[in-house]
Amino acid sequence: MLTDLDPVFLARLQFTFTVAFHILFPAFTIGLASWLAVVEWRLLRTGDKIYEEVYRMWVKIFAVTFGMGVVSGIVLSFQFGTNWSVFSDRTGNVLGPLLGYEVLTAFFLEASFLGIMLFGWDRVSRKMHFASTVIVAFGTLLSAFWILSANSWMQTPQGYEIGEAGILYPTDWLEIIFNPSFPYRLVHMVTAAYLTTAFVVGGVGAYYLFRKQHVRHARVMMGMAMIMAVFVAPAQILFGDFHGLNSFEYQPAKVAAMEGLWETKKGAPMVLFAWPDQAAETNRYAVEIPKVSSLILTHDWEGEVRGLKEWPADERPPVAVVFWSFRIMVGLGVLMALTGLFAIFLFFRKKLFDTRWFQVWCMALTPAGFIAVVAGWFVTEVGRQPWVVYGLIRTAEAASPVGAEQIAPSLAAFIVVYLFIFGAGTYYILRLIAKGPQTEDEVFGTHGVDKPPIFSDMASEKGGDHV
Amino acid sequence: MFDFAGFLDLPLIWYGLIAIAIILYVILDGFGLGMGLLFPFAPTDQCRDRMMNSIAPVWDSNETWLVLGGGGLFAAFPLAYSVLMPALYIPIIIMLLGIIFRGVSFEFRFKAQGRSRKIWDTTFHVGSLTAALMQGMIIGAYVQGFEVEGRHFAGGAFDWLNAYSVMTGVAVVCGYALLGATWLVMKTDGETQEWARKSAAYVMWYVAVFMGLVSVSMPMMNPDISALWFSYPNYLMLMPVPLLTAILFFVLWFDLQKDREIRPFVLSIGIFLLGYLGIGISLWPWLVPFAISIRDAAAAPTSQSLLLVGIAIMLPVMLAYIGYSYYVFRGKVSHEPYY
Repeated sequence: MLTDLDPVFLARLQFTFTVAFHILFPAFTIGLASWLAVVEWRLLRTGDKIYEEVYRMWVKIFAVTFGMGVVSGIVLSFQFGTNWSVFSDRTGNVLGPLLGYEVLTAFFLEASFLGIMLFGWDRVSRKMHFASTVIVAFGTLLSAFWILSANSWMQTPQGYEIGEAGILYPTDWLEIIFNPSFPYRLVHMVTAAYLTTAFVVGGVGAYYLFRKQHVRHARVMMGMAMIMAVFVAPAQILFGDFHGLNSFEYQPAKVAAMEGLWETKKGAPMVLFAWPDQAAETNRYAVEIPKVSSLILTHDWEGEVRGLKEWPADERPPVAVVFWSFRIMVGLGVLMALTGLFAIFLFFRKKLFDTRWFQVWCMALTPAGFIAVVAGWFVTEVGRQPWVVYGLIRTAEAASPVGAEQIAPSLAAFIVVYLFIFGAGTYYILRLIAKGPQTEDEVFGTHGVDKPPIFSDMASEKGGDHV
Repeated sequence: MFDFAGFLDLPLIWYGLIAIAIILYVILDGFGLGMGLLFPFAPTDQCRDRMMNSIAPVWDSNETWLVLGGGGLFAAFPLAYSVLMPALYIPIIIMLLGIIFRGVSFEFRFKAQGRSRKIWDTTFHVGSLTAALMQGMIIGAYVQGFEVEGRHFAGGAFDWLNAYSVMTGVAVVCGYALLGATWLVMKTDGETQEWARKSAAYVMWYVAVFMGLVSVSMPMMNPDISALWFSYPNYLMLMPVPLLTAILFFVLWFDLQKDREIRPFVLSIGIFLLGYLGIGISLWPWLVPFAISIRDAAAAPTSQSLLLVGIAIMLPVMLAYIGYSYYVFRGKVSHEPYY
């Protein structure tokens, strides 16, 4: 029975599942490490205990998340070989060194200083501890640099030549590392990671404010998160736009799928909503705004946008997945930018920290970053299909000579194990959040004082001396 | 395109580097996994807390050597990587699942209280056992060789599974237990240390027997290996390997009767190194025994050169800060939580 299943489809499913699961953790830890570095820097500068308490609470959450990220990442480094051996054989000369540099420059750095960051509080000096946090944060960024360079090369390959048996040989390393889509993807992804963290931290801060618990800590969390929402969320829309324009230049079929455009047109419409029908090569139930797609992509109302029919049917990505993932990502991005606008408005009315509906809004957006990141990866990875290396190697020919009878059980095992681990990890993180920062002189909530004094002023960076 | 192939033997250098990464993984994660094997047999919960604390700050960087071994193989010998991984699909996936359970147990166990802590004690032990057993079975399958056609693995899904690989699996489990026990002798005191010392003295006999079995069986299975070890003058040049191993076992046995604290761990590492060296000599020059040699599997010279620059710069830096992180957590470990 198992042998009837398509092994390539199963291998793709397994890779999608394991990589989408993995990306959740770096998306959070990249931002969290940098934010913890900022918090510890504030602690050293001001000496205010509040920052230490905030740090100590979140570093535990960081530890749980990082642990899950490490183990789910090890799986990926083996899966290139176990499931995509032809891909590994043919691209190893090019991609191998990039991944090697990731291990050498980033993984060991993160892993070694993480130990000091988590357990070294009383064993090293304050400054050394701070340095460890900064090094871990730097390590997460270096790791993102190399892995996104490798991924971007698969999207926009250059700097190679093809030798015997289809093996690729590098001709120019700088062209390989700094391939055309890399700078855009790096900026877009790192910013996405920062926003993911900001909305988690902001959501937790809002939850405490809503419950009137840990109010001073909550203001630090919410305040810093809102700075990100105000400045970085709109910037991300801009970065995303640049990234899209880059894809339009190098991977026009992907952009046609994102936009849901079948026909090549001057003055192409923006499709707001539709059900793309791959077989019929058309959109059902489409709601469109005329000419806007051309304006965004070519900066000209009458600019030409190539439709999916320009490519043979076996060179088109699965349109519906790309189309909808793109809308989910953009929709969430808009909600995040809107959060920033609300925050500015409430800040100037001096009500940022005690507006109930806004607290509920921020709590609701806590998982927004994760969903947007996964949706974004679906856009770029599914949009690259049917290629694993764009225009060079098809996904179907890249797979290992491993049968469905092996992949189906391993996929099932990964699903069961990951859901169990993820459930447990989420449970422990939620418990850490429920427990909140541990203080020596907690005033509200724990000691039965229900209402804090009215906070009508924006929290001073020092964290409200009047409490 | 820069390329050191003109004046460096790149495949040989990379063979050496990957061999180093793998043996560092085996030793460093070996004592961690070994402690996971011994975990449920510890006399008290306090002992278990101590055991956990002794590796919590370093397990992550220890495990990174596995990624370097795998990633390095992909970078330097992509052909070997793309033949071995499909050939060992099932044991590698099972090993990874074991490593996942064992890896998350650290943080989850710190957070859990009461009965739910028992869950993570169990996953820590079972995960370690699974990973160790699979690593041993992978070695067993590796030394028996693989069926290769062209650039692909051509054998069956269960080629790796036979009595011999089960034997090497159990052998590695015992070996890791020895490393774990002697690590604890070094890092703990009192009750925990006493128990660890007894465990080490007990398990070292199994390690000795299994090493003997592997040493005898490998030449018996393959006439080339037999010729390599038993022909003159190789015979004389290679004799020190088994001889030295026997001496190390002997000294270890005496050390474990006395109150030596550090040397048993060093001796156990020595035993591992010698066993590894023995296997390496036997299988030379194969990277995928007995089908693909290190030269046939080598990546493009420019690829090997580029990453060699990275290794040359980063390896000393890495060893320095890894050493520093061990230094920060030096000395005997307590059962008190770090947080």
